Amino acid sequence: MRFSIFNLALNALSGHRHWGRNWRDASPKDGYDIVIVGGGGHGLAAAYYLARVHGITNVAVLERGWIGGGNAGRNTTIIRSNYGLPGNEPFYEWSMKLWEGLEQELNYNVMVSQRGILNLYHSDGQRDAYVRRGNAMIMHGAGAELLDQDAVRRMAPFLNFDSARFPIQGGLLHRRGGTARHDAVVWGYARAASALGVDIIQNCEVTGFLRDASGAVTGVETSRGAIRAEKVGMSVAGHTSVVGAMAGLRLPIESHVLQAFVTEGLKPVIPGVITFGAGHFYISQSDKGGLVFGGDIDGYNTYAQRGNMPVVEDVCEGGMAIMPMIGRARVLRSWGGIVDMSMDGSPIIDRTDVPGLYLNGGWCYGGFKATPAAGWCFAHLLATDSAHETASAYRLDRFEQGWLIDEKGVGAQPNLH
Amino acid sequence: MRIPCPYCGERDAQEFVYRGDASPRRPDDDAEFHAYVYLRDNPAGPMREHWYHAQGCRNWIELIRDTRTHRIDGAVLAKGAGQ
Ligand SMILES: Cc1cc2nc3c(=O)[nH]c(=O)nc-3n(C[C@H](O)[C@H](O)[C@H](O)COP(=O)(O)OP(=O)(O)OC[C@H]3O[C@@H](n4cnc5c(N)ncnc54)[C@H](O)[C@@H]3O)c2cc1C
Ligand SMILES: [Zn+2]
Repeated sequence: MRFSIFNLALNALSGHRHWGRNWRDASPKDGYDIVIVGGGGHGLAAAYYLARVHGITNVAVLERGWIGGGNAGRNTTIIRSNYGLPGNEPFYEWSMKLWEGLEQELNYNVMVSQRGILNLYHSDGQRDAYVRRGNAMIMHGAGAELLDQDAVRRMAPFLNFDSARFPIQGGLLHRRGGTARHDAVVWGYARAASALGVDIIQNCEVTGFLRDASGAVTGVETSRGAIRAEKVGMSVAGHTSVVGAMAGLRLPIESHVLQAFVTEGLKPVIPGVITFGAGHFYISQSDKGGLVFGGDIDGYNTYAQRGNMPVVEDVCEGGMAIMPMIGRARVLRSWGGIVDMSMDGSPIIDRTDVPGLYLNGGWCYGGFKATPAAGWCFAHLLATDSAHETASAYRLDRFEQGWLIDEKGVGAQPNLH
Repeated sequence: MRIPCPYCGERDAQEFVYRGDASPRRPDDDAEFHAYVYLRDNPAGPMREHWYHAQGCRNWIELIRDTRTHRIDGAVLAKGAGQ
């Protein structure tokens, strides 16, 4: 079934009670050409592009809970192409291009909204760093504009410009950045992949790997029985180390919790996404009106999908520092998600040392924006055994070889990235 | 989360700085440095880890904490703990 104006009108006549299911809730077959572990945005996107771009449709996505129940359904939905390093920016720009055509591609409204991202700067040094980053973005076609204080004032007059400690000098504006509807991204990819023949299998936890005599992976053990596969792709975000350990991998990753917050619905007040440059705080407003905001990860290893009070306080202090009006809004909910922090803050899309086992992970707190390109590049790797040109820096051996991609320049300390 | 500092008693986690897994030991052999610096077990379960009581006694502490529940099962001063 395709979504169209005609379909919409037709279904309106019967009160929208007869829309069909969007995708098949499949049961596992004995074997597949490719099995993807993890039904988040990345796993589903990879399955979709395997089918659509590479013609490989004998594919299953195995999800231990329900699709989109992990970080894909917990993130603050910001999409952007504003990285500084050559290993990163071509990839994120490719992702942004895919976002820009995603609704037509999937025939699904994923609510991509390029409402702009404004990174504020509060000192001369920070301005210079943003000029440099903006130039890198312009060179890769992402576009960037440096705003002075007056221009920021026109966009967001409610900000605390004259704060004694962190006066706002201006901002770096990335107009093509914005937000997308996270759940719709999951459902859109699931629907499109399912329509091409991909099996999406929920409540199916991978508990181990099938190996042949040479040690190569030949499938997975799951809570719903063994499933054979020519190739297995791991795309389990915060659980990358746990699943990797089942194949004997030890990875440059720590699992941390990132919290997010949403207020009661308000009339439109925040234009686009705004980030505080002197603390860590970022905010946008959802289409329902809630202010969606967050800040730092909690900073200790954890698999509990909840955080602690110090970061709640820190995030709220950041908010009060940059936009005191936020103090009038009531927080409705807060939650946490387990993110796979890598040792240099950048992701990995690569083969592993175990033949037949491929890895997509290390997305830290920023893998939602990467969903289309991570899926595209992981599919490319799984189908062709070679890295996609925009993801060729995301090698697993870069830590050993010294080819790190450390945007922040803080070294092998995951909680500082 | 409240951390039982062996010196100061139970204090808010905010007073501490986290350093991570306490098990990696600095190797003598250069070939093992990659694993020492970059590779981690990252267990889902009990983990021995280093915390620094920056806003307290400034001791390094070795804590046993379950990463699934944040339950803490003991803390000792890190000095000498590895021997
Ligand atoms: C609070 C928060 C805010 C964020 N904000 C942003 C943002 O604004 N912008 C941005 O770009 N990124 C953001 N991120 C990061 C982003 O959400 C993640 O990097 C991205 O979603 C990870 O990819 P995924 O969607 O495939 O992960 P997930 O949705 O986590 O998918 C992984 C799946 O693997 C499954 N799984 C795990 N173990 C197994 C197993 N053994 N067997 C089977 N299945 C298994 C899990 O159940 C899960 O569904 C945020 C993250 C959090 C937590
Ligand atoms: Zn102390």
